[in-house]
Amino acid sequence: MTGTTSSGLHLPGYQREDPATRTPIGSAGYRSTALRAPLRTPVDLPQRLTEITGPVLGEDRIRPGDADLTLRNGGEAVGQRILVYGRVLDSSGRPVPDALVEVWQANASGRYRHVVDTFPAPLDPHFDGLGRVVTDSLGRYEFMTIKPGAYPWGNHHNAWRPAHIHFSLFGRAFPQRLVTQMYFPDDPLFGQDPIFNAIPAAARHRAISRYDLERTQDNWALAFEWNIVLRGRDQTPFETEDDGDVA
Amino acid sequence: MSVNPLDVPDVTEPYQPRSGQRGTGWLTGPLQLGLTPSATVGPYLAIGLTWPDGTWAAEEGAEGGFWIRGRVFDGAGEVVPDAMVETWQADPEGGFPSPEDPRGASSYPGFRGYARAQTSTGEFGIFTLKPGRVPDGHGGLQSPHVDVSVFARGLLDRVVTRIYFADEAEANAEDVVLRSLPDDAARQTLLATPGEDGYTLDIRLQGERETVFFAV
Repeated sequence: MTGTTSSGLHLPGYQREDPATRTPIGSAGYRSTALRAPLRTPVDLPQRLTEITGPVLGEDRIRPGDADLTLRNGGEAVGQRILVYGRVLDSSGRPVPDALVEVWQANASGRYRHVVDTFPAPLDPHFDGLGRVVTDSLGRYEFMTIKPGAYPWGNHHNAWRPAHIHFSLFGRAFPQRLVTQMYFPDDPLFGQDPIFNAIPAAARHRAISRYDLERTQDNWALAFEWNIVLRGRDQTPFETEDDGDVA
Repeated sequence: MSVNPLDVPDVTEPYQPRSGQRGTGWLTGPLQLGLTPSATVGPYLAIGLTWPDGTWAAEEGAEGGFWIRGRVFDGAGEVVPDAMVETWQADPEGGFPSPEDPRGASSYPGFRGYARAQTSTGEFGIFTLKPGRVPDGHGGLQSPHVDVSVFARGLLDRVVTRIYFADEAEANAEDVVLRSLPDDAARQTLLATPGEDGYTLDIRLQGERETVFFAV
């Protein structure tokens, strides 16, 4: 939505998400949504100054070593080393540079280092499952990690989450905030996973990374590419309907 | 028609849609990449999203600083202990520490404007300053407000709401967003009330007093 303030400032808004391809807040197959997903229709909030701005979070949130999850506590994590890389773009194809990307995941055996994870699979003293990187001037990011294992989660009988890595991004403004999960190609667990299948069918492929032989490192690590697309600027032609714009 | 994000050519080349995407030979609309779909933050968000300084939208000891505290409730009236609440707001002079503000980024000392807090103790708490009034785009000023995102297991996307301040009755009465809500009961769900060390406001994901959530 594009608007003009009383002082004549042009407010560049962000495109709304297409309801046909956006993940709904709640989904019947995912049990925890039943008591948590709001039931009333959200109220439309036109984007004003608070909504077209956002915090500047970058290099100062990163510590040395945050981009390599395979080396923690003075040793090497167990599992298949993978390079995960890609670009952060907006929906008009523009790179999102200097953007904070936070990731977290289970270890190779499918266990999270978290007090409520009781899956009887071993923790790895050299894997904490936390990574942080910042995109470069072309919106590129990459980190080295271990391929996460699948794990059971009790949503239904014999429910298993497909292997995934959690991602959190801010972009440059409030509407671009995104928390999501990246999957791996051809996972046999997709069919029974209500979280993956809550994504409308037409958009599911966007959550799946692609194996990349070219970036695979000989004698070291497999590579997976995943591009992340955040909401772009509204592209509707600017109309000067109220007080003339000076942008 | 949107393009698969993985089919975007290498960044070192200027971007052009691939052949076959302009069936008529005419570009019928601007390029649109399909958005990455959101997913739940899950029960283990603390691994990836914990910051030692997360709860401080303003520095500890900042003049005029206070806490906004609250709980998040589910539809059964139970406290949600694994949510994360994020806040974003203007500084006391109505500026944003963001280069995206067309008026220019503000630089209010000791103020970040952004905070994130988890509810593992049963409540969230963020330390901040009272936001100033911000133009509403219709010649008026919005009442002091904080934009809020709530993430939790069981929510496949964030939900967005606002915090207003009950002791700003006059400004609240003029606020374009509050005025757009159907009734006082709806407005009431957004009003933080003065408390011991700041303000308190509970967020209700469902129920009779379900918080007003916004589509942004």
